[in-house]
Amino acid sequence: MKYETVIGLEVHVEMATETKIFCACKNEFGSQPNTNVCPVCLSMPGTLPVLNEQAVEYGVRAGLSLNCEIPNYSKLDRKGYFYPDLAKAYQISQYDFPLCSRGEVEVEADGAKHKIGITRIHIEEDAGKLIHQGTESFVDYNRGGVPLMEIVTEPDFRNAAQVKAFLDTVRANMEYIGVSDCKMEEGSMRCDINISVRPVGETEYGTRTELKNINSISAAQRAIEYEARRHIEVIEDGGKIVQETRRWDDVKGKTFPMRDKEEAHDYRYFPDPDLVPVYLTDERISKIKAALPELPAAKRERYVNEFNLPEYDAGILTMSKYTAKFFEDSVAIYNEPKAISNYIMVDLARLLKENNMEAKDIPISPKDFTDLLKLVSDGIINSSVGKQVFEEMFKTGKKPAQIVEEKDLKQNDNADEILALVQKIIADNPKPVADYKGGNKKAMTFFVGQVMKATKGKANPKTVNELVKAELDKA
Amino acid sequence: MELTALNIVQAAELLAKKELSSTELTQAYLDRIEKVEPKVNALVTTCAEDALESARHVDEKRAKGEALGRLAGIPTIIKDNMCTKGILSTASSKMLYNYKPVYDATVIEKLKAQDYVLLAKANMDEFAMGSSTETSYFGVTKNPWDTSRVPGGSSGGSAACVAADESVFSLGSDTGGSVRQPAAFCGVVGLKPTYGTVSRFGLMAFASSLDQIGPLTKTVEDSALVLDVISGNDKKDSTSAIMEYPHYGEGMKKDIKGLKVGIPKEYLEQEIDPEVRQSYLDAIKLFEDMGAIVEETSLPTFDYALSAYYVIASAEVASNLSRFDGIRYGYRTEHYSDLKEMYKNTRSEGFGDETKRRIMLGNYVLSSGYYDAYYLKALKVKTLIKNDFDRLFSEYDILLSPTAPTPAFKIGAKATPLEMYVNDLFTVPVNIAGVTAISVPSGVTGEGLPVSVQMIAKAFDENTMFRAAWNFEQAVKFDKKPTL
Repeated sequence: MKYETVIGLEVHVEMATETKIFCACKNEFGSQPNTNVCPVCLSMPGTLPVLNEQAVEYGVRAGLSLNCEIPNYSKLDRKGYFYPDLAKAYQISQYDFPLCSRGEVEVEADGAKHKIGITRIHIEEDAGKLIHQGTESFVDYNRGGVPLMEIVTEPDFRNAAQVKAFLDTVRANMEYIGVSDCKMEEGSMRCDINISVRPVGETEYGTRTELKNINSISAAQRAIEYEARRHIEVIEDGGKIVQETRRWDDVKGKTFPMRDKEEAHDYRYFPDPDLVPVYLTDERISKIKAALPELPAAKRERYVNEFNLPEYDAGILTMSKYTAKFFEDSVAIYNEPKAISNYIMVDLARLLKENNMEAKDIPISPKDFTDLLKLVSDGIINSSVGKQVFEEMFKTGKKPAQIVEEKDLKQNDNADEILALVQKIIADNPKPVADYKGGNKKAMTFFVGQVMKATKGKANPKTVNELVKAELDKA
Repeated sequence: MELTALNIVQAAELLAKKELSSTELTQAYLDRIEKVEPKVNALVTTCAEDALESARHVDEKRAKGEALGRLAGIPTIIKDNMCTKGILSTASSKMLYNYKPVYDATVIEKLKAQDYVLLAKANMDEFAMGSSTETSYFGVTKNPWDTSRVPGGSSGGSAACVAADESVFSLGSDTGGSVRQPAAFCGVVGLKPTYGTVSRFGLMAFASSLDQIGPLTKTVEDSALVLDVISGNDKKDSTSAIMEYPHYGEGMKKDIKGLKVGIPKEYLEQEIDPEVRQSYLDAIKLFEDMGAIVEETSLPTFDYALSAYYVIASAEVASNLSRFDGIRYGYRTEHYSDLKEMYKNTRSEGFGDETKRRIMLGNYVLSSGYYDAYYLKALKVKTLIKNDFDRLFSEYDILLSPTAPTPAFKIGAKATPLEMYVNDLFTVPVNIAGVTAISVPSGVTGEGLPVSVQMIAKAFDENTMFRAAWNFEQAVKFDKKPTL
């Protein structure tokens, strides 16, 4: 039998607000344990939460970026459960009136476009963190009260590639609108996966399991592939899927049932009487909407139309707003979009990756970058030297002209000098000459290589090619 | 006159005239506390050294001619569910027997800004749940008028300490009558301000949507003065009212000719002690004599208020008290082998029976499958009760009722929780509607126990209520005092 996988996501995104969601403590990753805390986020008796307006605004921005509806009314509720990292023993979240509802985004996977429905986005507070040492456990409340939003999707995914495309889209959107850096590795984006399978053609959903502990987008893909296979195997063996929460073990590449913290949870949700409802006027919503930057999807389309770039290029350039900005700033100085795009996609991407850097850390200014491109197109340096200079600029921050000067990399266009070299090398290498004469035209590259080597790569490749060919044919 | 019999206005005047020093006054109260406290047990913690230090500081400032606050040098007692930085704040629970807050409640900051003197922290029902202070971990407070009787609750210590002249005034908190009922039992003035008037920041929450801090004083004028000091918008409390706050007490001494007073008939239909009833009828007569227009009216939703209250308040407190888990502060059991057992034993050992009863009730009404039938319905009833009050206040300036159905009862007299809960019958609707009310002594029974009437006004109209209360106070001439 053929099966279809059905997947829905719950994506938690930590919002990069300046302060926590209900107090004035800094929202900062990586501080010493229990240094970003106060009576409110430690939930000392008598303290009260006050909703951070920036968290509301960020939530609305996120909702608008995913084409959600923003209701005028939403409220905050208490979700009760005991755990040491949850200082009040209830989490302030949103139950029946979330900040954003009913959205939709289009993602591209397997060469086709898919619409993914957003059920809702609500805001809530994060919990602290337990640190276990030997037989003792400690709690770090720095993360307690960090604003989170939870994006809940419809069960609209049918495979892991669509999930990856969606998570990439969410990440890019959140980065563009300044709401979060969405680093799954640092926990600023977390993702729970609801997954089930059903025979192709069936309209009822199969029994689902929920997967937790997904720490990267690639882990999400692996977990989905594993779990779908597990479901099918269980069903094919005549078994039944148990509805449960399972933990993904990325090392073992398997999912395991999670030990239930308690018996079936009853969170006893009720409206938090310490907070007042959130009323958003249409005017306020329009204002937030108007202030949104151009989003990745729109940018991608514009790059194709305006700069005549392939969709592939446009997609890569717009994945990060920093890359897109670098691209746009460069094009504004030097109108060669494709040449610029090539450098960004190949050389810049490689250098960032090799140096463990992100797009926001690009150490070269668009001005210096385009100056380099001009040096190449003006024939001052040849294109392979260009790449060498680019790498040098990346590492030292020096200007291209300075590097060319210091390293004496100017293109050698002196035909007489090159001709003398060509003749000498042909004379010194009778064997490859014979090969060439014997019909092996590829032997020509040997001579070109030798000339380039002798000129330390500076000779004009076009001149070298012409002269080598002419001399060989004469020989 | 005994120094400890002074009210705020009188004491402040003597202090201002330098006929009395703050140190002398504070010492007089500390002596009084030492003398009567063994009989009354109104206090959990007495801060003698800190109090004298504050008093000396005020005296120095006064000597230097520096500007002083409105409560400069006035000895004050605070209910033990309000956070006082560095000073034990236990909510009369074993759970917080050792808890010293790291911050001051907003009301404390406001009192400090007016140079008050903190004498002591007052005993109460555990986490403010009770009507007699019998649920306190630190033992029952005795009624100064008859020490075999309760002082009421939950602000029993706050009421008893003012009645026993252990303080010039005190602060209590009122969720369903917890300031007004003990004020009535102890023959002092007790105010429940409109919800949102006084910041709850630093008040250990019982029922967040109903709690309000209010003063217990010897006079109506003092009550207005204290409210003027402790009220105001607080950015740390989202439920704090954003408005222009009136000058409380302004116009209080104007007569009440033509004031429209409603008498909701439902109050008189309840089982009321005959002497309480008579005192109430006398009070109605007195209002008429003063030129008020008194009319019988009706509050049809009255009967549902108590049920709605116990559902809403229990739900909120079950959630509010869940933070007491032994992890960060307060009591932690010595007997546990894993986390779950630590939670269970800490909470089983740290909370008293009444607290546990309300937690169970609250979790029950919030649990899935029961939420709609109980909690949601109670919220709807709350809206109906509010509407009922709104309607009455479109016709009347104030409503008049007895504060409690009986005078102070004997310690141990209420055998079942329900008998105890019925005590809040007359006070609870005010909290449910979020309006304001004040309890003012109206007389004493044949047994020599004080009884009081309650004046209720619409939200944020304390000043009309203060005017009615002040005029009534002048007319009724309640001048009895307990002998200890």
